[in-house]
Amino acid sequence: MNSKKWPLFEVFVRSKNGLSHKHVGSLHAADPNMALENARDVYCRRNEGVSIWVVPSNHITASDPGDAEELYEPAKDKIYRHPTFYTIPDEIGHM
Amino acid sequence: MSPNQSFDLCLRMGDNALILGQRLSEWCGHGPILEQDIALTNISLDLMGQARLWLSLAGQVEGQGRDEDRLAFFRDASEFRHLNLCEQPNGHWGTTILRQFLFDAFHLTLLEQLCKVEDEQISGIALKSVKEVRYHLRWSSEWVIRLGDGTPESHLKMEEALRDVWPYAGEALQPNSLDEQLEMHAAPYNLNQVSELWWSTVQNVFSQANLEAPARTWAPQKGREGIHTERLGFILAEMQFLPRAYPDAQW
Repeated sequence: MNSKKWPLFEVFVRSKNGLSHKHVGSLHAADPNMALENARDVYCRRNEGVSIWVVPSNHITASDPGDAEELYEPAKDKIYRHPTFYTIPDEIGHM
Repeated sequence: MSPNQSFDLCLRMGDNALILGQRLSEWCGHGPILEQDIALTNISLDLMGQARLWLSLAGQVEGQGRDEDRLAFFRDASEFRHLNLCEQPNGHWGTTILRQFLFDAFHLTLLEQLCKVEDEQISGIALKSVKEVRYHLRWSSEWVIRLGDGTPESHLKMEEALRDVWPYAGEALQPNSLDEQLEMHAAPYNLNQVSELWWSTVQNVFSQANLEAPARTWAPQKGREGIHTERLGFILAEMQFLPRAYPDAQW
């Protein structure tokens, strides 16, 4: 069994209902089913989640860290867009 | 169910889980890849947890002051009541997978029956265990299919595993005197029904795995009466050494 030939999957776990899935890591598996079970065994053994997504890593298109300046810098000084001028009531919980 | 029958049942269930769990723990750090190493040790830990519940209850029903540790670590080979299937060596990955599948298919249907018995302590342990074992069977079934229907080499290795493991599978399915007593006093316990469901699970998975189930002819095994293969001595030597050498050892 040569896991080096197995594709890489990214794992996303929803920790409880109402929250969104969060990226928790990646793993190797022969197929999506195995990836799901591996994710259950590797990332959900300590009661971390209620739902799992696995996505083949090569299906993810990522931004280039080298483009950070042009992508993200322009937003920094436009503070009128930042949601910091009001407080979120406690009963809203997660936003 | 009389206290004696309940004790014998708890011991049998507990010993199955304890010895198979101990066997699987040998894979810790040796799995073919990290993810499967963790999967198998998870199953081992599930079984260890179940063994603790069953053996605690056995000690409580017996009323002689023996707790789970006393029962696990201070009995000798002839006092263990598990199926000889559980103590068979891990072999290669395919052997471990097949042994696990044949046991899981039996274990799950048995637990489903025990969930419905009147004794609430027994049904309580069964209800907790059945969720874990449902996943064990799903996991081992998928691996049997993946390997049996995989490459020519993996298929060959599964056939080899079948030759090694299959003869031990039948002990679980043949009623002995305890099964007959339980059928009368612990409805809906019925080993023949377990046996039929086991066979249909095996046929179903094997047909997807492109494996042919051998005839149901079994090597005569009497693990449930305490007559074990020579493998058990080695398992106990490793498992029981520490508490026997240092009886009051604490974490």
